[in-house]
Order: sequence, then structure tokens, then C-alpha cells
Amino acid sequence: MTGSRLDPWIDSYADRAMGMTASEIRALFAVASRPEVVSLAGGMPFVNALPMDAIASTVEHMLLTRGNVALQYGGGQGDQTLREQILEVMAPVGVKAHPDDIVVTAGSQMALDLVTKIFCNPGDVVLVEAPSYVGALGVFQSYQVDVEHVTMDAGGLVPEALREALARQRAAGKTVKMIYTIPNYHNPAGVSQSQSRREEILDIAKSAGVLLLEDDPYGLLGFDGTVPQAIRAMDQDAVVYLGSFSKTIAGGLRVGWAVAPHGVREKIVLAAEAATLCPSNFSQLTVSEYLRTQPWMDQVKAFREIYQERRDTLLSAMGQLFPPGTQWTVPSGGFYSWVTLPDGMDTTAMLPRAVAALVAYVPGTGFFVDGQGRDCMRLSYCYPSPERITEGVRRLAGVMEAELDLIHTFGRAPGHLPPGPATPSPDLA
Amino acid sequence: MSVVVLAGGLSAEREVSLRSGRRLAEALRDTGYEVLVLDLDGNLLPTLRAERPEVVIPLVHGAAGEDGSLADVLEALDLPYVGSPPLACRVAFDKAIAKGIVAHDGLQVARSYSLPHGVFRDLGAAGVMAGIVDNLGLPVMVKPTRGGSALGASLVHAEEDLPPAMVAAFAYGDSAMVEQYVSGVEVAVSVVDLGDGPQPLPAVEIQPRSGIYDYAARYTAGETEFFVPARISQAQEQECARAAVAAHIALGLRDWSRVDFIVNDQGVIFLEANVAPGMTETSLFPQAAAAAGMTLGSVAGDLVRISSARS
Repeated sequence: MTGSRLDPWIDSYADRAMGMTASEIRALFAVASRPEVVSLAGGMPFVNALPMDAIASTVEHMLLTRGNVALQYGGGQGDQTLREQILEVMAPVGVKAHPDDIVVTAGSQMALDLVTKIFCNPGDVVLVEAPSYVGALGVFQSYQVDVEHVTMDAGGLVPEALREALARQRAAGKTVKMIYTIPNYHNPAGVSQSQSRREEILDIAKSAGVLLLEDDPYGLLGFDGTVPQAIRAMDQDAVVYLGSFSKTIAGGLRVGWAVAPHGVREKIVLAAEAATLCPSNFSQLTVSEYLRTQPWMDQVKAFREIYQERRDTLLSAMGQLFPPGTQWTVPSGGFYSWVTLPDGMDTTAMLPRAVAALVAYVPGTGFFVDGQGRDCMRLSYCYPSPERITEGVRRLAGVMEAELDLIHTFGRAPGHLPPGPATPSPDLA
Repeated sequence: MSVVVLAGGLSAEREVSLRSGRRLAEALRDTGYEVLVLDLDGNLLPTLRAERPEVVIPLVHGAAGEDGSLADVLEALDLPYVGSPPLACRVAFDKAIAKGIVAHDGLQVARSYSLPHGVFRDLGAAGVMAGIVDNLGLPVMVKPTRGGSALGASLVHAEEDLPPAMVAAFAYGDSAMVEQYVSGVEVAVSVVDLGDGPQPLPAVEIQPRSGIYDYAARYTAGETEFFVPARISQAQEQECARAAVAAHIALGLRDWSRVDFIVNDQGVIFLEANVAPGMTETSLFPQAAAAAGMTLGSVAGDLVRISSARS
């Protein structure tokens, strides 16, 4: 007798779709979108700070003057003028390229997907930081890539650990295709690589003949105004650089880019055309017009000041309210602090209690593929106001105290929910 | 006729409730009702006062939605609603109390202990857990005493896995239930009362691919195989139907409910009753209604008329 599984295609899905199921974590994040909840989970840029009137007139002017282009299909590589402007945007991070080296994509997330698509076969290995960006882990898993996490410290990816991971994978007969790194104001770890460490990591990648995939959405958001040099600034052939307007203008426009060596770029363009034909002309021309007519770097400075104030608020509140034994990183830019809780605490198990207390965070396990990170969580300070951040930390501190009380009663908790990325919705990534 | 469906809320079952609410609203609109779907927030009461719907259908899962609070508010506002009255909600929402009541009326239940965190803390968790395991044996199910969708529920095979399971259950509430695990066929019997007394709909058998009917199995299409009619004997099906109606009556439930059982050689064992059955694409109530030749819209429409007349 055959029953109903309510999905007639259940036996037809590809292996890569097998893990795509509903989860308790996603259910809890659904509550986090309510205004009563202080969400320290979402990595959403504070778009309220944008000059909406100026953007409205920018879009209006763009449509009135170039509407026939904006509303039409475009080239698969992206708008030529925008690619030239992207060179100017990348100048502070030291990336020198030709406009032909750039591929415009629907956010750098799409570039990440395309690079993985053209490089990785199922079973290939990608080395990533421990922890790593949840959106990247989702891409790698969707291409059935084996991910190995490499140790980080306060200075970012540890070169010696990277060497060891490469040697270990080689010894196991595995093919390492990429090293994925976020050198600036890491998501979720909130740390940055020193210049000397960048050089060492590049040397290791080149010696091993492994592509370095440098993801740099936050590079311009250093609080002291200094802009670290990109790894791509040191080598044009060994690195694919991913950039984005999501944090410097607006995530909703979905405009990012990849800078890649000639051969790689050709393949990215072909893969991009197969995926979407072309990036949105409307969004590209909006960005292009904004860059041309608005003081965009002043807006970046305004964002830096806003985020710095919020980071200071978060750090101060955590210092005053979190229980002894809690540790956190002190980001010098970007959106996130990585918090490590006292021994035995499990942030995944604690999340329902936090949501019931009207505060949300992303549990650490979401940033690993192997179940690590149970005693960690990512706190984002980019979106809530300073007052809300303080209130959120106050609520979270109460939740942590209650959880510690439970652990005191029942002992150390080895965890309840299954390991792996928690697949938060896009606004949490 | 104007109807308000209440869905959402602030519990972990918010997403499930929103999906249930949207689906039920669509079914009612298809049969000619004007339907508004409202969330539980600060705008709710002013909107209800302004709209004065003829009937409200609460489909909010979890606390506030199913613990009787929402029904109390609707009574206070003098708004007719579909579903169980406050006291019945309170009784059904607490699995320990519900099991005690239906057992008193002769239904079989799995043995269990339901205790607040304070008891473990004050008396020593190790001693209390050891006593429970000695009494119930292993494996056991650990779950929040109040709540649904299997959130915070764990199947525990070894004593050393009990503490984290307790911590997980307490994350969803102040009381946790440790229940003797009963193996067998899992079935759900929906009950509707369309004016002729509570009637059972065909039993739906649940067979999750993973073996555990957890959150993913409940809300991912394809992760669970459902059988209607259930693959149990005719006598067992009749006993399930009888037990479901008996539970519905014993708990004082009204209009509609869903009662979950395990069926095995020992009989039909009551697990829990739900006062706001899910109405999502993968939920059991709509499947049972379809098996009985009813549409969701027709069942809900009949209950709207009955509830309206009750006022």
C-alpha cells in the first residue's frame, strides 16, 4: 500500500537537495522578524541612514534619461560604465584591474556561487575559516563540496593551520580547489588579518596551486577610516576578489562583482549567462548613477560612524551585563562580534528561550558544517538602534543566566539539535 | 459573512500558524466568506473592535494561542469564535493534565512524569532522573509539558543523554515531561462537531522517513508518508475513532480538535490533543477532512455558521 507523501517529486530530487528541510532554527527566526523582538541576528545594513530623497531623484533621473537601457536586457558581464566605476570603488583597497576583468553579479553571493560552480566537483575540498560565512557554506554544500574549517585567532586565519589542512587533505588524496577567506571584519568572527598574514596566506595558496577566493564586502567599513589592502592587490592571478555594494549602498539593489584572472572571468561570464542571462540593468544603472551623482564616500563615512557607535554600545552592554566567563571579539569594522559563552552552554539549545524573551542571535553552529560552535553566537550591531542593542543585551544576559541555572542543574549540555548550517533566511546571512 | 482568522503570534510555532492561517483563509474565501488574517500584536484589539467580525477563528499555535488566553480575550470581547473554550484549552494544552483526565475516563496513556525545573534543581537532578528512569525504563520521550510541533522533543535511549534532552525541553517552557516511549503505529484522528455531536474523521497514519516525527518531518513535504486509511485493523481503527471522540468530550473540547495516538498490540495509547489543529499543506486535519469527502472550506464554513449561531 502506498501512502501520500504530499510531494510527488520526493524521489526525484538531486542529492544536493536532500538536506533542504524545515528546521526548528528557521521557525525561531520567523519570530525574530516581529518588532517586539530585538534582533541581534540579522546582518542587515542600516539602510534608514541612506538619503532616500537623493536616491529617489537618482532613480528618477536614471529612468528618464536611460530608461530604455535600464528596463532592457544587458550584457552578461555587466554594464561597462559601472565596471569602470567599480575600479574607482576598489582603488582604496588597492585592487588594480581592467574593466574587462570585472563581472557584475546579483550581489557577491551570486559570484560566490558561480566561482564554486566552475571550480568544484562533488567531493572536492574548500578550506574555510572556523567559523565561516553561513551563506558561503550553503553554496559549498549545494555543490556537494567537502568543507574543512581552518583555525582562526584574533588575527584571522592562522597560516600554519592552513598549511596543515592543505597537507592533511593532500595526504588523504583529496583535491583542494579553493581557500575561501574574509580578511576584513570577518563575518561572523569580527576579526581582520594583518598585512603580513595576508602575504603569508597568499604564499601558501600559490605554493599549493590553490585558488584564493577573497570575499571583501566590509573592506571600506573600518571604524578608524583606514582601508586594509586587499590580498588581490598583491597578486592578479592567484586570487578571485569578490566585492559588493550591499554594505556601502544598499543590499536590496543586489549588485556585487567578481574580479578574476582572464580565463576564470571568461568562465564566470558564461556561467552567469547560463544562470540569469544578465545582471539587472535597473539595479546596475541605479548604482552607476548614484556613484556618479552622489557623494557616496561621504555616505560610507556616515555608515562607519553609525556602526562604530553601535559597536561601542554592544561592547559596553556586554561588558556590564554578560555573565563572567563570556568572551567576545572586538571588531574594528564591519557588523559583527563573535561571542563565546561560558563552558557547557549551548547557544542552539538556548535560542528558544531567547526568542521567548524577545531577543534573537545566530547560534554558532550555523557558521560551521561540522557541529562546532555550540558555545558561540554571532551578535550583529548593524541594524538596531543603540538603545535597542542595550535592551537586547539585557534580555540576552537574563536568558544566559537562566541557561546557566539549567546547566548547573543538569550538567554540561552536549547539544540537542543536529549539527550543520542553520540555514537562516537571507536577511540573517 | 466576515471572518477573522488569527494567526502568527510570538511562539516558536509562528511560521506554522501563519501558514495554517493563510491556507484556511483561502479555503474560506473560495466558499464566499470575507476573511481577514490578523496577527497577535498591539493592533489586534483595535482592529477587532473596528471590524467586528461575525466570527473569529483562532489558529495561533503554542502558548497564548492554545493555552486558553486567546479564547479568554475573545470571550471578554464578546466575539463568537470557532474552537474550544478557555478551560478546555488550558486542560488540553498541558499534556500531563490532559493525560490524567483521559486516563480517568478509561483511555490508555503512556506513563510519564511532568516536573518543573525547580524540582530537579531543589532535589538534585541526578537523583530525580535516576528515579524516573528506574520507573519508566528506557527509551523515553522528553518534551515540553506545554507546546506542540515536537519543538524541544527528544527520544532518549541512554541515561547519559537525558540531561541535554531535559535542557532542550526546558528551553520551550518551565515544565518538562519524561514519558515512557511507546512503539507502534502513529496515527492522528481529527474530530469535528458540525452540530450532531463530535464525529471522528478517518485516522491518518504517520510514517516519517527519519523514523521520528520531528519538526522537519512535520513541515517538509515528502519527509513523511501519510496513509489514509491507516494501515491498522478495522477494530483498531474503530477504537481510535472511539478514543478520539472520548478524549474530545472528556477534555471539554469544542468544534474541532486533533487527537494523537500510538497503536500497538497493547491497544490505542493517547499522546495528546490539539485545540488548534494545523492547517498547512502537510498538516493532518486537512488530509483527514479530504479523506472524509469534505473540503477545508466546507468544514470551516459550517463551523463559522455554528459559532455565529452560538452567540
